[in-house]
Amino acid sequence: MAKLTRKQKRLVIIGGLAVVVAIAAGFILTALRDQIIYFYSPTELLERDIAAGQPVRIGGLVKDGSCARTAEALSFVVTDGANETKVAYNGITPDLFREGQGVIAEGSLNAGGEFEATTILAKHDENYMPKEVADALREQGEWYGEGEQPAAPPAAENACR
Amino acid sequence: MSIELGHFALILALAIAVAQTILSFVAWRNPSEGTVAFVRQASLLQFLLVGAAFATLIVAFEASDFSLKLAYENSHTLQPALYKFTAVWGNHEGSMLLWVLILVAFGAAVAAFGNQLTAQLRVLVLGFQGLLNVAFIGFSLFTSNPFERLVPAPLEGSDLNPILQDIGLAIHPPMLYIGYVGFSVCFSFAMAALVSGKIDAAWARWVRPWTLFSWTFLTLGIAMGSYWAYYELGWGGWWFWDPTENASFMPWLAGTALLHSALVMEKRNALKIWTILLAIITFSLSLLGTFLVRSGILTSVHSFASDPTRGLVILGILAVVIGGAFSLFAFRAPSLRAGGLFSPVSREGALIVNNLFLASATGAVLVGTLYPLLLDAATGARISVGPPFFNLTFGGLMVPLLLVLPFGPFLPWKRADLLAVSQRLMAAMIAAVLITVAWSAVLWQGPSMAPIGFLLGFWVMVGSIADLVERGKIGKVPFAKSIARLKGLPRSVWSTALAHFGLGVAVIGIVTVSVYETELVTTLEPGQEATLSGYTVRFVEEVDLPGPNYRSERVNLTVTKGTGIRETHSERRIFVASGQPTTEAGIETFGLSQLYVSMGDRSGAEGRVIRIWYKPWVLLIWLGPVIMGFAGFLSLTDRRLRVGVPRRATNRTAGEAA
Repeated sequence: MAKLTRKQKRLVIIGGLAVVVAIAAGFILTALRDQIIYFYSPTELLERDIAAGQPVRIGGLVKDGSCARTAEALSFVVTDGANETKVAYNGITPDLFREGQGVIAEGSLNAGGEFEATTILAKHDENYMPKEVADALREQGEWYGEGEQPAAPPAAENACR
Repeated sequence: MSIELGHFALILALAIAVAQTILSFVAWRNPSEGTVAFVRQASLLQFLLVGAAFATLIVAFEASDFSLKLAYENSHTLQPALYKFTAVWGNHEGSMLLWVLILVAFGAAVAAFGNQLTAQLRVLVLGFQGLLNVAFIGFSLFTSNPFERLVPAPLEGSDLNPILQDIGLAIHPPMLYIGYVGFSVCFSFAMAALVSGKIDAAWARWVRPWTLFSWTFLTLGIAMGSYWAYYELGWGGWWFWDPTENASFMPWLAGTALLHSALVMEKRNALKIWTILLAIITFSLSLLGTFLVRSGILTSVHSFASDPTRGLVILGILAVVIGGAFSLFAFRAPSLRAGGLFSPVSREGALIVNNLFLASATGAVLVGTLYPLLLDAATGARISVGPPFFNLTFGGLMVPLLLVLPFGPFLPWKRADLLAVSQRLMAAMIAAVLITVAWSAVLWQGPSMAPIGFLLGFWVMVGSIADLVERGKIGKVPFAKSIARLKGLPRSVWSTALAHFGLGVAVIGIVTVSVYETELVTTLEPGQEATLSGYTVRFVEEVDLPGPNYRSERVNLTVTKGTGIRETHSERRIFVASGQPTTEAGIETFGLSQLYVSMGDRSGAEGRVIRIWYKPWVLLIWLGPVIMGFAGFLSLTDRRLRVGVPRRATNRTAGEAA
């Protein structure tokens, strides 16, 4: 390498720094545009007219009496009190997945308007409601804040368990 | 009674911390012997007091004293003794007190081992530690008091969250906290350097062992947490890019950068300002992680039910500490003199490249973690930034870093000849390509990007071995002489090679599992079987079993591969006190690969949904970090750190602390 003056050396280093930072920023901005997933309540899902196949997350309460299991898949209805979305899921539900409880499902709508979930997230303990779900329910007037929630029905032996 | 003593001890510790901080900042310019002794003893005393406070909680939990609200909420008489013990920090208040205990322990360690420091530096560093102690002991006392009583005392407790009733709770949080909080020492040293304006290679030699120590624990703590999530949650995943995982990963990335930049500062007296900034950033990220996890603004296994004032108080502490630190930095940094000239192609240059990519990766993870929170606050739109974002940005930034990594240790300080170094690495390049071809051929399932990942992993592994081969002159001098040379190498050289090798091992594991894992979800009835990747899983029977504080529905299974047959089982445990279920997966290890069987809901009269994963070479993912952690400990025993040649014995601490 040719002899560089102190100033030139510094320029090389600063130039390299700028290039890496630019690449990183490029990565981040591209990914933020393409790789984020929006969260909607069943009402928003209807209002926004989401295209089939677009990955989204939906959340609300699992409607009482809506769980049905066939050999291939589990189906249930997510409700925010105002509107409902029918969800199909092929996999193992989290331990705390229950009718009447909060749930978040990640997946996409199929051509028939049914939600095909790839992942089901439930709350992690008895006292906790996922924040997104609480917000979505509050908007529909279905949520009364921590502790005031009507007691969950006992873990009855329904179709989900 | 002892609970009140514990409470009193914590209040006393706060008072002493206040006194220590005030005295330190008043007297640092010209500290008398008495000041130094006071500050030192105050640090040690706080450790004893907080330790005593923590011990009273342990006693109450072990005795199932439910007049202690915390014990009532998080323990149960039927819980095994180990989980009564770990339940102390399986909740918000207790885990904050553990955080505080480790914080004061580090303060005490600086006080105890800091005999070689100048009085001024020692008083200043302990002053900043004292300030942090005040903030966090205060936080614990005023917003998260673990010593609250219940009158009348309930007869029975309401049980620890069942997910946490695992040996993982005994290991993961303490290790992680030692890592997080250890960086507070680096932070305090950085602040002391900025205030006093004295910053040189000796400073870096002082800071490096603390960085190394914290980094080692953080590495092991994160790996342990990952393995715990993998076997306990029953989802078969080992990393979810969950915000709380990111919260621990960001300080790790920044800490790794700090480890490397402090090296440049120690050896060449260069990169001073950057190293100071990194020390501040690393601890700031530790605090940010604590805020994210403890404030309850995130949904995860780590968020205990929490009230919003706590979040605000932590945010306040965060703003003051980080804002104050960066202001001081902006004010003082221009007056620091840059030193050590070097050419762009040199060891220094390579370490700058390392820092650039690690810092950019930290930035990418930070953006992905905070963007949903900020967007929600600003527009109300609720989004999640999931694995695709992180895989693209973080993965994209790691590729060039891994590519250039093996060059680093081969480059001499100051100026290097890239062509000559490439020639010396040629054998390693060829070996990496050959191993990649063989590995890909064995696993081949059609075209994929996997071989690129394999090449990077093997290149890093072979490159780190090549460094040892080169230094040992293996093949160039008689074999016995090579061995003697290798034995004579400083331990820091060995640990560099080992840590990089471990990183390569983890990369191979991650790529192999990500690309070649197979998965099957099916319904099985007793007597039925399913086959996945050559392993046949047979549903033998379902039995109900009692446990100490739960009853379990257990599915007995057999796994057959070729002629070998193994018994395993998956369980659903329903905990008596809370009625909450957890799933225990059946995991069978074959070499370094695992078959992971998780049971699900009932299906039909006797059937069960069964989910099976085959995870090839999955154990490499955690073996890699374990090797890196071992390398960290090895490096801490390096002679350079133990007997502090050549300038003053400033580094005795490190060897002892290790």
